[in-house]
Amino acid sequence: MRSLPLGLQVPGDTVWHRLPTGRKLLGLVLLGVGVVALQGPWLPLLALAAALGVALHAGVPARSLALGVRPLLVLLAVVAALQTWQRGWPVAVEVVATTLTLVVLATTFTATTPTDDLLDAVVRAARVLRPFGVDPERVALTFSLAISSIPVVTTLFTQTREAAKARGLERSPRATLTPFAVRTVAHAHAVGDALAARGLGDPD
Amino acid sequence: MIRFEDAGVTVDTPDGDLAILEPTDLTLTEHRVGVIGANGSGKSTLARLVNGLVSAASGTVRVDGLDVATDGPAVRRRVGFVFTQPAAQLVMPTVLEDVALSLRRHVKDKREREARARAVLADIGLADRADTSVHALSGGQQQLLAIAGVLACEPTVVVADEPTTLLDLRNARAVQERLLSMEQQLLLVTHDLDLARRCDRALVVEDGRVTCDDDPERAVAHYVESALS
Ligand SMILES: Nc1ncnc2c1ncn2[C@@H]1O[C@H](COP(=O)(O)OP(=O)(O)O)[C@@H](O)[C@H]1O
Ligand SMILES: [Mg+2]
Repeated sequence: MRSLPLGLQVPGDTVWHRLPTGRKLLGLVLLGVGVVALQGPWLPLLALAAALGVALHAGVPARSLALGVRPLLVLLAVVAALQTWQRGWPVAVEVVATTLTLVVLATTFTATTPTDDLLDAVVRAARVLRPFGVDPERVALTFSLAISSIPVVTTLFTQTREAAKARGLERSPRATLTPFAVRTVAHAHAVGDALAARGLGDPD
Repeated sequence: MIRFEDAGVTVDTPDGDLAILEPTDLTLTEHRVGVIGANGSGKSTLARLVNGLVSAASGTVRVDGLDVATDGPAVRRRVGFVFTQPAAQLVMPTVLEDVALSLRRHVKDKREREARARAVLADIGLADRADTSVHALSGGQQQLLAIAGVLACEPTVVVADEPTTLLDLRNARAVQERLLSMEQQLLLVTHDLDLARRCDRALVVEDGRVTCDDDPERAVAHYVESALS
């Protein structure tokens, strides 16, 4: 689990590191929308090349990018095959290049942004919702929890699958999914207790 | 100072209320108080009462005079809690950020927050891991980090519920030395009898009751005899 790129910053002093986090986040969202709107095989490929250029310039290691892309490879292969068959190869290229561009941009964003800054940006954005009873700090904490739960839940899944395998039950969904669900809930409870103990659920 | 005034805990069961901690009366003023007992005897319940993770069904629990039931937030600012499972206590992606999270509500200035977090990390020996992922730490380092997150808030009492149970010998030593060397009052639940012997006072919990409250040597002897007889 130690290779997960999430939340791991690449130290550096490039323009991408220095951009204010709020603007960078807004930029990421707008760029994402823009990239999805691109048509045809060539523009998305160009966007992908540009995104890779930004990532390299920001000093993001190729390994981090590969790790971000890896979980999507099978899905992308299936989608590419389907699209080629149904709508021709240009659409397949468009879909795959667009998805890869988004992953590269998102990875670059996390790599160049300290999570604490991200939380501050989220807090500022969520302040707009304060009149509706939303606690901005809590929104930010939820964000951060969601990010940091991913590696833990992945580990739980691997462990449950290994335990099932050790008993020759790897083909039984009940032997893997049931304990996985139970352990995930147990973990959530433990995290909740730890948050409460740190006073993070208490009013100011 | 921790005070239990006839504090008891019950849980709802289909067959009615079940007492998991009988009403208990204790005044804990010693620097380090150990809690030992079999699995399921009620040690965690006792420990969790101190910061309100478990509520007393009867009686009162006080920390420095504050009632846990009515002054929960103020009590939790005074009481740090270290859990058994290291990973479940760490919330932020990197080491420094996790300590800084503890400080978010008290220290609004980001630079000061970071400086204080770094100081706490240096003190606990994790300064060189400040920017690593919390998932890349060993279990023992994660537990030290959890302690750092607790100490950053400058509590007056630290409650630790089997903090070394899941650690190997070397990591357990590091964690236990750190806990024993704190100036804070420590309520320490443990299965490590040598560790219990190093406390100033020890409680033995059996079947939801504190059956022995004595100096650690005698409490350990009591526990060993009743567990193995
Ligand atoms: N929420 C609950 N509902 C029902 N039983 C509980 C609950 N919490 C604890 N218990 C029971 O209370 C007893 C004491 O638990 P605990 O304090 O965790 O023991 P210890 O920490 O000494 O192992 C155990 O038998 C446990 O099963
Ligand atoms: Mg326990």
